[in-house]
Amino acid sequence: MSQAHASAETATAEALIHLDAVTKVYAGTEAPAVDRLTLDVPEGEILILVGPSGCGKSTTLRLINRMIEPTSGRIVFEGEDVTDVNPDQLRRRIGYVIQQIGLFPHRTIAENIGTVPQLLGWDKTRISGRVDELLEMVGMEPHLYRDRYPKELSGGQAQRVGVARALGADPDVLLMDEPFGAIDPITRDRLQNEFLRLQAELRKTIVFVTHDIDEAIKMGDRIAILGDSSAIAQLDTPERILAQPANEFVEDFLGGGATLKGLNLRRVREIEVAEGYPVIRPDTSREQALAALRSSDEDFLLLLDAEGSPTRWLDEDNITDPATALGASGLPVRVTVEPEDTLADALEFMLQSAHGTACVVDSHGRFDGMIRLETIMGEIASMQRAAREASAERKRKGAS
Amino acid sequence: MTARTPAAAPGLFRRVRSSMSDPEGGWIGLVITPVMALILLGTMLWVWNTADIDQTTRNILEGSKLRGQFQEHLFMAAWSTVFVIGIAVPLGILLTRPRFKRFATPVLTFASSGQAIPAYGLLILFFTWIGTGPWTSIYAFTLYAILPVLRNTIVGLEQVDDAVIEAGRGMGMTKLEALRKIELPLSVPVILAGIRTALVINIGMAALAVFIGGGGLGETINSGLKLRRDVATFMGAGIVAMLALVVDWLAALAERYLRPRGV
Ligand SMILES: Nc1ncnc2c1ncn2[C@@H]1O[C@H](COP(=O)(O)OP(=O)(O)OP(=O)(O)O)[C@@H](O)[C@H]1O
Ligand SMILES: [Mg+2]
Repeated sequence: MSQAHASAETATAEALIHLDAVTKVYAGTEAPAVDRLTLDVPEGEILILVGPSGCGKSTTLRLINRMIEPTSGRIVFEGEDVTDVNPDQLRRRIGYVIQQIGLFPHRTIAENIGTVPQLLGWDKTRISGRVDELLEMVGMEPHLYRDRYPKELSGGQAQRVGVARALGADPDVLLMDEPFGAIDPITRDRLQNEFLRLQAELRKTIVFVTHDIDEAIKMGDRIAILGDSSAIAQLDTPERILAQPANEFVEDFLGGGATLKGLNLRRVREIEVAEGYPVIRPDTSREQALAALRSSDEDFLLLLDAEGSPTRWLDEDNITDPATALGASGLPVRVTVEPEDTLADALEFMLQSAHGTACVVDSHGRFDGMIRLETIMGEIASMQRAAREASAERKRKGAS
Repeated sequence: MTARTPAAAPGLFRRVRSSMSDPEGGWIGLVITPVMALILLGTMLWVWNTADIDQTTRNILEGSKLRGQFQEHLFMAAWSTVFVIGIAVPLGILLTRPRFKRFATPVLTFASSGQAIPAYGLLILFFTWIGTGPWTSIYAFTLYAILPVLRNTIVGLEQVDDAVIEAGRGMGMTKLEALRKIELPLSVPVILAGIRTALVINIGMAALAVFIGGGGLGETINSGLKLRRDVATFMGAGIVAMLALVVDWLAALAERYLRPRGV
């Protein structure tokens, strides 16, 4: 518990949202859904609320924007006690992504995203400009999507629109309730990365709810691990939580393999990618290809397309087999990693591919280099070493 | 992560959202009604041309008389429907607000029991209370046709996804804005279906107005029955049925046209 206290003190300085002993008991229930929660959300940071289902995460978010009224306690927002202000006005200043996305089915994407600007009385041209800007921001082409209806979107696109809609009037604060839940892992990963890239520019103050500890570690500047009734089991940076779980509950919640989870904190761009992997281009002849493969230590060649994106893996048999064109033989490259992906992602995809390697591509999809399993093993080893040293340090300090 | 697997292609993850079932079941519904109306019209013409028509029948079915009755008939059906909408829709909205929710079931039960009274009985009841004339019938029909619109308004508002309302409220819509911009538009199809039912009920009911001196096409039917002119009775009933079919069809068109896009 001492952990939570220590970090709470360090965080108070520029807290944008401050919850003071906030309690919520739903009508007709005995146990409080949130029990005397005191929490600071520092400006410009992502604070993650993570905890088991039913522990009161959504309730906490809804208390912050007063979708529900606290039974007791105080909520301070930008230095102002908002426990009693008009909640409708308050909510227009806070972006909110609800757990079920909740796009308006009868309104176009543009109208959905323009909801808050419209409520605030912006004029049409300003709203329409803002909508296009936001669609661009979440990676959807305005001219393709603005006039569609929500049912004409994929799940991942709907999630993006949900985020864009929350950013509508450029609020300083975002409340996000499992914004990337309920989509396939690959799309989810991509959305997380894009969102982090966006946040690096926008520097919003964000309270982000998830029940996925890996997502918490990846997305959070700070993580609050919540137990029943939103009791804070530990509140700290992901690194510190992984290195020093405050108690058994946190350890259980982290599950096994804290080091593996630490891979969520490291990005592909931070490690060295192996250069000089043998690659060929569409115009390379079989002889040249064979020579390139033989002069390397590798078992496979990588075929790039005209733009430089990796397309197929070829081994010696593929190259020498005259019956199939080079562009059609071998195995297709299914997954590539980008510099912003985490090492955990990279590891997962390596284990899925037969090669024990993953192609790194830049943001345009061009081949950049290769990461190997050994590189990641090396990272794991050094992280374990660091953790051991940290715990030895702790013991030494505790002793003195 | 850049995925090359086809599984990541947008479209495959297209959310399957069961669109509110079209009460008409697509275009077929819009075709069936005119076909039925045409068959009815054909039958009426055939009867007119083959049966032997005496002077009494001709008198009953005189053009100017029919026109007057037709107008009275429409007048009663239209006004009672206007009243039904004016009462049932606001009442339905009220009964879905948290504060009055608990009254929804009792009110619906009461309205259903009202419909259990035979229509004719209800008409007589109003007659003894208010007296004769078209307005008496209009009030009686109004009461009788409230149930479908009230029920559909309540059901329509309740079936709106809570998440959508929460999203709207969460972005700062007031309760009234959420009602106006989210709940009502999304329940329009269901409410319209109720109104359409009420319209058709009222057109049928207006044929009874004749018994309390309210006029309408019931007069032709009634005269035909009294004077034993089956052709006249059939023609009167046929015109009422035609009217109901045509109005139903127009209402179906309106439902289609007024349904919000995207749902
Ligand atoms: N409107 C309500 N009325 C009564 N009890 C509620 C209400 N909403 C939530 N609860 C209860 O409050 C507790 C906390 O719910 P909450 O939705 O905040 O959990 P959560 O942490 O968001 O869970 P999940 O991860 O499943 O979304 C639960 O026990 C839930 O049953
Ligand atoms: Mg929740």
